[in-house]
Amino acid sequence: MKMSHNSCDKDDQSPSGKKNISLPISRVRLIMKSSPDVSSINQEALFLTTKATELFVQHLALSAFNNGAGKETNSLSYSDLASTAEETETFQFLTDILPKKILAREYLKSLEEMQEEDGDF
Amino acid sequence: MAERPEDLNLPNAVITRIIKEALPDGVNVSKEARRAISQAASVFVLYATSCANNFAMKAKRKTLNAGDVLAAMEEMEFERFLEPLREALEVYKKGQKGKKEVSEQKRKDKEKKVDSENDRSREEEEEEERMEEEPDAEDDEAEN
Repeated sequence: MKMSHNSCDKDDQSPSGKKNISLPISRVRLIMKSSPDVSSINQEALFLTTKATELFVQHLALSAFNNGAGKETNSLSYSDLASTAEETETFQFLTDILPKKILAREYLKSLEEMQEEDGDF
Repeated sequence: MAERPEDLNLPNAVITRIIKEALPDGVNVSKEARRAISQAASVFVLYATSCANNFAMKAKRKTLNAGDVLAAMEEMEFERFLEPLREALEVYKKGQKGKKEVSEQKRKDKEKKVDSENDRSREEEEEEERMEEEPDAEDDEAEN
């Protein structure tokens, strides 16, 4: 009884205003299906993953903007993203694809140091 | 299956629009940053899929469902997405239900013979949705 009444006035329940999705569901499905263990995905799961990806993009962009130096220059740069990925726990899974950039001479130096350490053994 | 690697990218124009909407007006997002966010989004999809798939496998199901995706968000510590996702799902379900009813009405008009069968299956579906909605409604109350 209570539930059937509830479903009638759900029209009013859209406080966020962002009800629809803008990313293409078919592309998201393709990415999901590229995972070898996944056999099938129902429509609701597909919709939710697409929506979650949009929320993620917003969240990542905003976090990087707020953490980085971009506020003064009014810009968002790669290095803002890379340091946010490194410093934020929930973005740790991104560190592989968002490596911090270092200068070639710093890299060569660290490479030399590693070789020296190896040589000690 | 994806045939070309670029098939696993999300469309740049849409990603750019979502970024712009999230940031204050007039913020300049470098091309490199946009590409990085887009790649991050693809990795997010894969990570979420793998988490959701673990939940489905634990429950011995082959099909990923909405509950698996929500559980994955919690596992990934993106609890902040749960509330907007539940809201979006409600709106989505309603849209799907509306579409179904419209197409069913059309079918009924065409062939009156299958009337009784359609009604039965629709009732069963509604029953299922109600059962799924109930715990969600309780969660909402607890959080508010």
